Amino acid sequence: METNTDTPPQVIEKTLEEVTVRFAGDSGDGMQLTGSQFTKTTALVGNDLETFPDYPAEIRAPAGTLFGVSGFQISFASHDVYTPGDRADVLVAMNPAALKVNLNMLRPGGIIIANSDGFDAKNLRLAGYETNPLEDGSLKGYEVYSIPITKLTTTALEKLPLSMKEIVRSKNFFALGLMYWLFNRPLEPSLEWIKKKFAKNPDLQEANSIALKAGYNYGDITHIFTTRYRVEPAKLPAGKYRNVTGNEAMALGIVASCELSGLPGFLGSYPITPASDILHELSRYRRFNFRTFQAEDEIAGISSAIGAAFAGSLAFTTTSGPGVALKQEAIGLAVMVELPLVIINVQRGGPSTGLPTKTEQADLFQAILGRNGEAPVVVMAAKTPGDCFHSVIDASRIAVKYMTPVLLLSDGYIANGSEPWLIPDPESLSKIPVEFAKNPETFKPYSRNKFNARPWAIPGTPGLEHRVGGLEKKHITGNVSYDPVNHEFMCRLRREKIEGVVEDIPDQEVHGPESGDVLIVGWGGTFGALRQATEYLIEEGKSVAHAHIKYLYPFPRNLGEILSRYKTILVPELNLGQLSVLLQAHYLTPVESYNKIQGLPFTTTEIREKVNKLLAGK
Amino acid sequence: MTENEIATAETKKLTAKDFTSDQDVRWCPGCGDYSILAQVQRVLPTLGIPRENVVFVAGIGCSSRFPYYMNTYGFHGIHGRATAIASGIKVARPELSVWVATGDGDCLSIGGNHFVHLLRRNIDVNIILFNNRIYGLTKGQYSPTSEKGKITRSSPYGSIDNPVDPIQLALGSSGTFIARGIDRDPKQLQYVIERASGHKGTAFIEVYQNCNVFNDGAYAQYTDKEVKAEHVLTLEHGKPLIFGKNHDKGIRLNKFFRPEIVSLDQAGDEDIVVHDEKNKHLALVLAEMTDDPSLPTPFGVFYAVDKPTYEEEYVKQIEHAIETEGRGTLKDLLESGNTWEISDN
Ligand SMILES: Cc1ncc(C[n+]2csc(CCOP(=O)(O)OP(=O)(O)O)c2C)c(N)n1
Ligand code: SF4
Ligand SMILES: [Mg+2]
Repeated sequence: METNTDTPPQVIEKTLEEVTVRFAGDSGDGMQLTGSQFTKTTALVGNDLETFPDYPAEIRAPAGTLFGVSGFQISFASHDVYTPGDRADVLVAMNPAALKVNLNMLRPGGIIIANSDGFDAKNLRLAGYETNPLEDGSLKGYEVYSIPITKLTTTALEKLPLSMKEIVRSKNFFALGLMYWLFNRPLEPSLEWIKKKFAKNPDLQEANSIALKAGYNYGDITHIFTTRYRVEPAKLPAGKYRNVTGNEAMALGIVASCELSGLPGFLGSYPITPASDILHELSRYRRFNFRTFQAEDEIAGISSAIGAAFAGSLAFTTTSGPGVALKQEAIGLAVMVELPLVIINVQRGGPSTGLPTKTEQADLFQAILGRNGEAPVVVMAAKTPGDCFHSVIDASRIAVKYMTPVLLLSDGYIANGSEPWLIPDPESLSKIPVEFAKNPETFKPYSRNKFNARPWAIPGTPGLEHRVGGLEKKHITGNVSYDPVNHEFMCRLRREKIEGVVEDIPDQEVHGPESGDVLIVGWGGTFGALRQATEYLIEEGKSVAHAHIKYLYPFPRNLGEILSRYKTILVPELNLGQLSVLLQAHYLTPVESYNKIQGLPFTTTEIREKVNKLLAGK
Repeated sequence: MTENEIATAETKKLTAKDFTSDQDVRWCPGCGDYSILAQVQRVLPTLGIPRENVVFVAGIGCSSRFPYYMNTYGFHGIHGRATAIASGIKVARPELSVWVATGDGDCLSIGGNHFVHLLRRNIDVNIILFNNRIYGLTKGQYSPTSEKGKITRSSPYGSIDNPVDPIQLALGSSGTFIARGIDRDPKQLQYVIERASGHKGTAFIEVYQNCNVFNDGAYAQYTDKEVKAEHVLTLEHGKPLIFGKNHDKGIRLNKFFRPEIVSLDQAGDEDIVVHDEKNKHLALVLAEMTDDPSLPTPFGVFYAVDKPTYEEEYVKQIEHAIETEGRGTLKDLLESGNTWEISDN
C-alpha cells in the first residue's frame, strides 16, 4: 500500500491508495464548508471520493457542547470509492467536544490534528474532560498534533481591519490550508472560490485567503509533520466530471426531465431537512422556464403540483418523511385522477420529527402502503448521489407514459453526500415522449391505451373540456360512478396498470456469483457499504453476491427467481425490516433481516461481520 | 374539427347552455346552490373567454360538486385544497381563467390555510365561497361561520365556537378584490361575478347561500320582502351608503370611526359615508357591520385595488433570466459548476 518516494530531507512523502479524513468542530466553526472545499479540490485532483456530512439539527447549538458538534467525513482514493469510509485516518478536531464525539470514528493509530486553542478550561468542562486529553497522555494510541490554530490565524490576520470575532472565524481556512499541504492539494480552487464568495467584502476575502495560505505554509515551513501524503488520481472512466450531492443530482435530473420531455417544469414544495436543497437548487433555474412554488405546507406543495400537472406541466413535489405523511391524501387524488407526478422523499430519521438531519430508510412502508383505499403508485429508490439524476429521469418517464404518480425515495445520506459524477452526454439521454389528446371526436377521459394509461387532455384544448376528481370514475367516460362492479373493476385496473410498469423495468442485476451461499439484498442509500463489503468478501473467497433493488413497486420480473438461487438472503436495512417483510410476503421465501436504526449509515465492517457470522452458521 | 368549424366556434356567440354539462345536478331541490350555478352560467358567456380556457376547481362539499355541472375544464379535488390546486394551475398556465367553488367548511376550516395564502400571493384566481354556515354534505354539523350557540347534530347544547367572518379574514390576508352576494339577489350576484372575473389578482366573493335542509332561513332577514330593506346595505362605488324601505337612512362614522345610522332628513349630505372600493379602512369598517343587529349588513364590492399578480411577477423573473442568462440548454445545465476532464490513459 505505502511506498516511499524521493523527498527533501526532513519530510518524507508517502503515497497512499485511500485516505479518510474527518473534520469536526462546533456548528459555528464552518466544518461543512471546510469539508466541501476539501472535497471540491480533491475531486479536481482526480481522486474518486465519497463524503458524509454529519451535522446536528440545531443551527448554532451552544458553542463547545457535545450536541453542537458538526462533522464532515470524506474518503478519497486512487481507486473506486463506494463509501465515505468506516473509520477516519485523520481527525481534525477544533475543540474538546469534537474530539470526544469523534474519537471512536478514528482508527487506532490515526492522526489527530487538534486546535489546542480550543482546548481551554471552559470547553474542556463542557465536553466533560477533567484533564486536557492533549496533555494527559490519554491519546497515546494516536499520532497527535496539537496546533494553536486560532492564535496562528489571528497573528496572520492582525493587520486587517476586521473585528476579533471575524478574524477568529477564518481559522477553518487555516485548518483547510494545513490539510491541503498534508495531502498535496493545490490552493487555487479554494482561493478562486473565496474570491467569488466574498467578492462583496474584500476584507473577508483577504482574511480567508491569507488564513488558507498561512495554514499551508505552516505545514511547509515548520516541519511539525515529518510525513506528507500523496493520493494519485483514480482511474475513472474517461469523460467530463463534476462533483454532485444527491440533492444536486436530483435537481439536475428534474430539469433534465423537463428538457427531455419538452414540458414546462413545476415544483410545489415546502422546506424540510434534508430535502430543501432540491428546492434551493431548482429555484435558480428560471432560465429553463422551470417554476418553483414554495407553498404554505406540504399539502399545498403537492396540490399545486397536481394542478400544474392537470394544466400540462411536468410536475414534482419534494419533501422528507413527515411531509410525505401530509401528502398521502393528495397522492391518492393523483392516483384517482391519473395524472403524471413525481414525489420525492428524502428520508430522515423518524417517527415524527425524529432525527431531522440523520439518515434512515424507514419510509418504505409509507411509500408503498401509505394511503387510504387501494392506491398503488410506482415506488423507486436512488442508490448513490449520482444515481439520483438518472432515477428521477426514469421516474418522470414512467409517470408520463403511464399517467401515474411515481414515488422516488432518496435519503439524508446520499442527499448530502457527494461524489465525482461522470457528466452524461446530453445526446445520450433519450427523450421522454409526451402526447396530449387533441381530437374531440375520439376523446374519452378514462379510455386506455395499451399501457392502460388514460389520455392527458389539458385546458386550452377546444372540445376536450372534461372534469376529473377524487370520486370513483366510470371506466372510459370518467363520469362519477358509484356502481359497485365498476369500482372493483377500476381498483383492479389501476393496480394492473402499475404492475404493468414492470415492462419498463430492467431485469434485476446481481453483482458476484450467480448462485451461492449468501445474497445481500438492499435498496437505496446503503448501496456503497453493501457493494464494498461484497467485494471484500468475494476477495476473501466467500460465496457472496449483492443485488440492489431500484424498483420496489413493482419488483423487477426476475427478482423471485434470483432469490431462489442462494442459500441465505440477507436484507440489511436502516429500519426494522421493511423490505424484508415485503420480500417475504411477495415471494414466500424466508430472509434474514439485518437492521440498524441509529441515524447512521452501515459501515462495510458491520456488513462483513454479519455475513461472516451467517457463513459460520452463527 | 375542420378549420371552418373552428372558425364558427370562435365566432359563435356562447350562451349559458354552452356552459352547462351533461351531468344531472344533484343538489336538494330548493338549495341556494342552483341560483349560484345559474348566475355563473349566465355571466361566463358574456366574458369573451373561450370555453376551453376556463377551469373550475373545487374541494369537497355539496357546493364543491360545482365543476361537474360546468361544461368547462374542471377539477373536483380533495377537501380544503381547491385553492392550492388552482394556484398550481394558474402559476403553470397564466393564460387560463381559473375559478374556485368552495364551501364555508372547505374554504375556512380545513382549507383556511391555503385560502389565506392564495389571497396574500394575489394569484389571479376567482373564488366563490358558498357560505351556508353549515356542513351540508356531512349532514348538518356547525361550520366555522355558524353563529355561536347554534344547535346542530354535533352541537346539541349549542356551539361554543366563535365564528370567523370571511370578509374580514380576506381583508386581513391582503386580498385585492373582496365582495359579497346572496343567492336570492341574482342581479347583484351576476354583477359581482363579472367584476371578479375582470379583476386582475385574487378575487373573493362570499355568497350567502341557503341550505334549506340543514340551515334553512339562515339569511331570511336579507331575503324576506318584509324586512330585507332594513337589513341590506348595497355598496356602490362613489355612492353614499343609503338603505331602508324608503331610502331614508344613511351610514355615517362617529368620532370613534364607528358606523351609525342617521335618518337622511336629519343629516347633511356630507355626513353620509360615500363608498370607496379603494379605501381599505372603510372596507374594514364595513366588514365589521356584518350581522351587527344594530346595523344593516353590506353587500356588493367591499374592496378592489390593483396590485401585481404573483404569476405576472413570476413570468417577469423568467423572462429576465432568459434575457440576461440565455435560455438554458441541457448541456450547460449539466456542465454548470466546477468540471474536470479525465482522459483515456
Ligand atoms: C379529509 C376529509 N375530511 C372530512 C371530509 C368530510 N367532509 C366532506 S364535505 C365536509 C364539509 C363540507 O362543508 P362545506 O365546505 O361548508 O360544504 P357544503 O356541503 O356546506 O356546501 C366534510 C367535513 C372529507 N371529505 N375529507
Ligand atoms: S344539503 Fe343543503 S347545501 Fe347541500 S344540497 Fe342540500 S340544501 Fe344544498
Ligand atoms: Mg357549508
